[in-house]
Amino acid sequence: MASPTNRYDTHISAQYNAELEDVRQRVLAMGGMVEHQVTRAMQALLDIDSDTAREVIENDHRVNGMEVSIDEECSRILARRQPAASDLRLIVAVIKTITDLERIGDEAERIARMALDLAELDAPRGPHFEIETLGRQVQTMLHDVLDAFARMDPEAALQAAQHDIRIDREYEAIMRQCITFMMEDPRSISRVFDIVWSLRSLERIGDHARNIAEYVIYFVHGKDVRHISLEQVAEQINGETPAAD
Amino acid sequence: MVQTKEKTNMTHAIDMSAANQAPQNRNLDDEKIALTVRDLSLYYSEKQALKSINLVIPEKRVTAFIGPSGCGKSTLLRCFNRMNDLVDTARVEGQLLLGDKNIYDKDVDVASLRRRIGMVFQKPNPFPKSIYENVAYGLRLAGINKKRTLDETVEWALKGAALWDEVKDRLHDNALGMSGGQQQRLVIARSIAVKPEVLLLDEPASALDPISTLKIEELINELKHDYTIVIVTHNMQQAARVSDYTAFMYLGDLVEYGATDKIFTVPEKKQTEDYITGRYG
Repeated sequence: MASPTNRYDTHISAQYNAELEDVRQRVLAMGGMVEHQVTRAMQALLDIDSDTAREVIENDHRVNGMEVSIDEECSRILARRQPAASDLRLIVAVIKTITDLERIGDEAERIARMALDLAELDAPRGPHFEIETLGRQVQTMLHDVLDAFARMDPEAALQAAQHDIRIDREYEAIMRQCITFMMEDPRSISRVFDIVWSLRSLERIGDHARNIAEYVIYFVHGKDVRHISLEQVAEQINGETPAAD
Repeated sequence: MVQTKEKTNMTHAIDMSAANQAPQNRNLDDEKIALTVRDLSLYYSEKQALKSINLVIPEKRVTAFIGPSGCGKSTLLRCFNRMNDLVDTARVEGQLLLGDKNIYDKDVDVASLRRRIGMVFQKPNPFPKSIYENVAYGLRLAGINKKRTLDETVEWALKGAALWDEVKDRLHDNALGMSGGQQQRLVIARSIAVKPEVLLLDEPASALDPISTLKIEELINELKHDYTIVIVTHNMQQAARVSDYTAFMYLGDLVEYGATDKIFTVPEKKQTEDYITGRYG
């Protein structure tokens, strides 16, 4: 298969080059913003910092705005350029990626709201369980996935996607801890619930990041690897190495 | 209630997996083959225009040849009904089988071959005769003069070419008074009147306006139920819209050939990718 990575300076139409490169850059910018939102939301949650939490909530509309404007740009390119092959796959991958990025933004906002809730409780500080570890894992995964997207590197995308398995396992372990904690001390239920919702959001961010990794693989290899196990994904990628020419 | 909902979701999931093997994933191995090109080379004097081409044309499907100017796609198309015989300097090597018969065998009657494999060109070329006589021409040539048979066939062919409703009240007007799009459909009607097996279309819509182009494309879609169609086009979107299979040619070589959906979403070769995405070759 023809290797499609980073070739946005080779169209006969310079304007078309510019449009594709621009849309790619804007996705990266949106990714950076979403990553920042997740980091800040986690800070707000761990430090029970309502100012940071409010900042995250207020900034979510900027993420939404970027999704809308990139979507418009993609529609315009589809209408005017009728992209084919790797250009078409790029636009499809972008349209899907920004949907997941926007949802990650929503989850960050949700975590920030939990931080606000916690800040209003009488005794906000208590065991945070392992949420910090899970948060770090999710942030690393998101970072790696966005990095794979920037370089359109399917191997890196697959590696990042494999992170999702560990995150899911971690999530379940912490959930069991939370349940035990609530059983032992019913007064803590409302507080632990906020933690549980945040855990759930982190786990969802992992799922969205995995989706983005799948779009990177789709873009490079032209293979739809959704709804199959990571082992099968790895097989599909290695089964067909891109032909040189 | 919850159970019902779960059930519905299950059915949905199953439908989805069935959709993954949708018919758009056409495969040449599953097709009946109308024409087989085997090691076909063509020379104009010393210059080799086709370099040992091998491909099969599936029956009752639309196969498109795309590629930059001078890649040999029209030359290859013209080989299918031996139009290159008319070029003195052209020399053909290899085989081109219609069914099992090599059309380049010495005992092949070219006139009857061209009745089986009709051709339509870029510029509509109706005869300076009436609409009726244009369509009846091939039949008369074949010795059919019975008025009733001619009437029926002319009506059938004009309907097949999606032209009947527009011309049924002026069948005896001169064909040259029609619009370009109508003329092109008339020429297609003339081709199908002799009931060929294969229809070769060389840039059939490139001289037409967008609406006429869409009508021709719609017509191609209809005609493929009864005919094997091979089309040469410069318009890649047109190839993407109308064809089931696409062959990409470059400098006399067949670079890539496969299902149109695959060629336009995940081409195998870099040259194909570069051409259809509009990059430097």
